[in-house]
Amino acid sequence: MEEGLKIELGKQGVFVTTIEELYNWGRRSSIWPMQFGLACCAIEMIATTMARYDLARFGAEVFRPSPRQADLMIISGTVTKKMAPQVVRLYNQMAEPKYVIAMGACAISGGPFKQGYNVLKGIDRYIPVDVHIPGCPPRPEALIQAFMTLQKKIDGQNLTGEGRPRHLDAEAQGEFPVPVQGEHDLEPSSNRLVWPLPMKTGIRD
Amino acid sequence: MASNPYFSLAVLFVAALGFGLAPLGLAKLWGMVFSPPKPNAIKNSIYECGLESKGDAWMQFRSAYYLYAIIFLIFDVEAVFLLPFAVAFTGLGVAACVSMLVFVLLLIEGLAWAWAKGVLTWA
Ligand code: SF4
Repeated sequence: MEEGLKIELGKQGVFVTTIEELYNWGRRSSIWPMQFGLACCAIEMIATTMARYDLARFGAEVFRPSPRQADLMIISGTVTKKMAPQVVRLYNQMAEPKYVIAMGACAISGGPFKQGYNVLKGIDRYIPVDVHIPGCPPRPEALIQAFMTLQKKIDGQNLTGEGRPRHLDAEAQGEFPVPVQGEHDLEPSSNRLVWPLPMKTGIRD
Repeated sequence: MASNPYFSLAVLFVAALGFGLAPLGLAKLWGMVFSPPKPNAIKNSIYECGLESKGDAWMQFRSAYYLYAIIFLIFDVEAVFLLPFAVAFTGLGVAACVSMLVFVLLLIEGLAWAWAKGVLTWA
């Protein structure tokens, strides 16, 4: 339906919508994050949920302590190689549809600890990340912006055809292999399906 | 059939059942169409946790603690009955006092038995 016609109808007191719009509205208005923090970024995440920044405005204040009830994983902090398998496992245990926000320099790339032997250089090596927010730490406003970006992304998704969300695609892979501690590194060191293009830099990763 | 006095009850029962089951069915239908599950071994594991659960849930554990729970019950029940007894004490007759005494003695007997058995010392 044309946007103009919809607005005209709205002026006459007629409300029209589509299943797709309703569905996406429902999805984006109740994104419940999972309750866990990994490092200093978590403090900013906590601040975001509190009265001053009030994440409740986005319907996302209900932090769930169980992955089975959560829709969103906020990777708030440094993911060490010791922690990465647990994070991936928890992501696997979340019910579809599920989203990921990588919060802060550490979660997106390893951040200040990138050169450390025990730090994962970005959680997007193992799980698909919807929104990356840079910063060390990102301010609560940045996290809120990430929420709004995620909501926009959800809003723009079609329920059928190309680019539909993963849970509506019967073919799409729902399981993301959990890495195990190898002799020198996590094995595998990345999931090729979500991290297809390794950067060709001089730095070993 | 409609003259049966239980007929209206049966109708209400069916209606109540439908009232409960219809939303469940609708939710299931909605789930099947709009959020098809993507099960996998990790998601289906019994305990949701970042770590894999180790060992068997069917294990033996020391039952010694149940004795403490039972002994606690002695004092618990005693307190529950003694309080109203004490409140109404002045207005009670001899029979009430004697029966209360018997009750307390019974409980004390249990405690004495446990004490004599050496339950009160943690082994
Ligand atoms: S990005 Fe900065 S603030 Fe966030 S976890 Fe890493 S070191 Fe801490």
